[in-house]
Amino acid sequence: MTREDLTRIFAEELTKIAPDASLDGVGEDEDLRDALDLDSMDISNLIIGLHERLGVNIPDKDAAKMVTLKGAIDYLAALA
Amino acid sequence: MSEQVTYRDAVGAAIRDAMTADDRVFIMGEDVGRYGGTYAVTKGMIEDFGEDRVRDTPLSESGFTGAGIGAALGGMKPIVEIMTVNFSLLALDQILNTAATFRHMSGGQLNIPVVIRISTGAGRQLAAQHSHSLENWYAHIPGLKVLAPATVQDAYAMLRPALEDPDPVVIFEHVMLYGRTEALDKEATVDLSSAAVRRNGSDISLITYGGSLYKTLEAAEKLAEDGISAEVIDLRVLRPLDDATILKSVGKTRRAVIVDEGWKTGSLAAEVSARIMEGGFWSLDAPVGRVCSAEVPIPYPKHLEDAALPQVDRIIAAAKLALGR
Amino acid sequence: MTMSIFKMPSLGADMDAGTLVEWNVKPGDAVKRGDIVAVVETQKGAIEVEIFETGTVSKLLVEEGTTVPVGTPLAEIEGEGAKPEETPAPAPAPTSAPTPAPTPEPTPEPTPEPTQAPTPAPTSAPTPAPTELPAAPDKAGEKPVSPAARKLAAEKGIDVAKLKGSGPDGAIVYADVEAVVGPTHKKEAPVSGPSKPSAHPGLDFAEMRKAIAQAMAKSKREIPHYYLKHQINMRAASLWLDETNAERPPEARLLMGTLLVKAVSLALTRYPEFNGFYENDTFRAVPEVHCGLAVAIRGGGLIAPALHDCETLSLDDLMAAMRDLVGRVRTGHLRSSELSDPTVTITSLGERGVDEVYGVIYPPQVAIIGFGTLETRPVATEDGLDAAPTIIATLAADHRVSDGRRGALFLREIEKLLQVPEAL
Repeated sequence: MTREDLTRIFAEELTKIAPDASLDGVGEDEDLRDALDLDSMDISNLIIGLHERLGVNIPDKDAAKMVTLKGAIDYLAALA
Repeated sequence: MSEQVTYRDAVGAAIRDAMTADDRVFIMGEDVGRYGGTYAVTKGMIEDFGEDRVRDTPLSESGFTGAGIGAALGGMKPIVEIMTVNFSLLALDQILNTAATFRHMSGGQLNIPVVIRISTGAGRQLAAQHSHSLENWYAHIPGLKVLAPATVQDAYAMLRPALEDPDPVVIFEHVMLYGRTEALDKEATVDLSSAAVRRNGSDISLITYGGSLYKTLEAAEKLAEDGISAEVIDLRVLRPLDDATILKSVGKTRRAVIVDEGWKTGSLAAEVSARIMEGGFWSLDAPVGRVCSAEVPIPYPKHLEDAALPQVDRIIAAAKLALGR
Repeated sequence: MTMSIFKMPSLGADMDAGTLVEWNVKPGDAVKRGDIVAVVETQKGAIEVEIFETGTVSKLLVEEGTTVPVGTPLAEIEGEGAKPEETPAPAPAPTSAPTPAPTPEPTPEPTPEPTQAPTPAPTSAPTPAPTELPAAPDKAGEKPVSPAARKLAAEKGIDVAKLKGSGPDGAIVYADVEAVVGPTHKKEAPVSGPSKPSAHPGLDFAEMRKAIAQAMAKSKREIPHYYLKHQINMRAASLWLDETNAERPPEARLLMGTLLVKAVSLALTRYPEFNGFYENDTFRAVPEVHCGLAVAIRGGGLIAPALHDCETLSLDDLMAAMRDLVGRVRTGHLRSSELSDPTVTITSLGERGVDEVYGVIYPPQVAIIGFGTLETRPVATEDGLDAAPTIIATLAADHRVSDGRRGALFLREIEKLLQVPEAL
């Protein structure tokens, strides 16, 4: 799976959680929680979504890596 | 404890019990002695208590009311009976300029514990000389307490606190009530400051007193048949008015109609309405309605007398108007 | 007969009188609203005066060149379709107080001399008062709205102009507003009517802001708040949460917020004076704990829908309920029941917040519990300093219902419960 695929899936899952959130204009190192006003419940839901979609079981301790686009894609690419 | 008695006998029993309990109590007025009272309230009393305590007076309301006031000043507890409110106007000078003001004018040194009983109201074809409702004239006067017992119970129970009151108390007895029979519990007491909720309801407050109470209760019954829940308040103390009870009810129902046998202009109904505006405006869902007597001298012919007075159908119509039904 | 009087207008607060310089009309002329009918000289110069009636000029009452006070009749105007009359009585101006029909003036009573026969009383003496009172003029185009309805609508942020009236003459009454906002004995969540999905799909942020403004202003106006704060060591809770979550798939994991809600709910069952409603000068404790969870809405606004019966739910069930609720807040699919009955509110800043939050009680509730952000802070122990995860809990409570000492015990109870997370 390419980084583009992962980015698309990540964006789709994010939209499910926050329909009004868009990754357009969000820098890849920007903290998504700040950029998109996500809280811990949103991050939790995102991790659930990625688990269902990609079968990756992201432990809580790694959740911190998911808060930037680059960090998340790097992490998912490494698991894939 | 309770017995079935007429309003007439309840008033009579209250006077007798008061005279028995306190030597200072006596009654005076036109025809109260040998004739037994215009409305037979004092029948037989002169035989039981003697001429000193049941005193027939000349036809001079100003004179004998003044004498009663003088007796009260001298330490007695007089009950003055005035045959009808129309005639009470002859005594108005004594009642307003003396009874109601002496405490003030004497710097609190002199008080006048007189009780003045006045019959009032229409319905007996006694024409314009004997049929008016001028309670509001008295309720206007600071220094007086004004009562209008509508039930047998209140007719009995209100006299004692009235006699105990250190200042003048005027009691209005509606002429159509004397023949009503209801339960009386002589032990029950009443204060001179509160209105009574005679029927609970949630859609509209019907506020009334005296002779109009039973018409209002009948109207409330008929409104219930149309699914309208009317609360009925018996003011019973016309001065001072029990604002709290009125406003609590109107706050709940958000609508009010006042039923008052007085003429509408400058009436007690107007006063109650104004108080609702002052204290309950923001709870209102409709303009406050009034059902009062037509602004004519009360006529003699039965059909005209009936037409001039508040009646059940007019109360129902006013209530429905306020409810938009 | 419709007859009106054209009067010397007031052309400024300082004008007492004016000079009629010129008539632009003569008797018999038709005039309509807005026509210039005269020129009046004032201190400010000559001013063209318009008329506000439509009709026919029947009579000019003031000659050119005359100076007259403001309000002086200048001309009589017959209304449309009316026939001129010989000596019409002046009709009252539309805004004047109701006047009874004009009565013929009684002949002036001569001073009676003792020898004179009694003067007959004027036959017109008793004027029957009108039985129908004229209505006060309505504001043009406005629907009648009862005071009670107006007040409720203002409290709930409802625009009465959009309602249909069921009262007398189609007036909008209390029940009409109640029909929109729901029965008033039910508790309202921070957001009233407009946010209810059944009535308005999606959220109206302006209405929400208005509702929050009203609720919060009412709270600060009426509720005597008192405030307490307490720092809670969260080491045990954090460790337990990490261990528990480590064994679980993402969808089965718990959030710290769940532990906080459960701890508060259990504490409330022991301190019931913080859970319920203060209405009509009396407090009513509610046995069930329906926690209003303050959830921020992206784009602005805040909503505190209820999590029902929190004290009875297991942590897993509570987590599922919270996830479901927050998800629906985010997507705007709340149920009206969730808006109707929180018995207490919890506000938690979560990550990226600040140390402490002091809430404003949502009336008629009596308490709001706040949690700041979980931070590692120095904690002094008997063995020295420890760097421990801590959270600062606050309580804003209604002093009419409870006192600081009970509030302190309540916060201590929450702390105690959080030290034994496995028992929650």
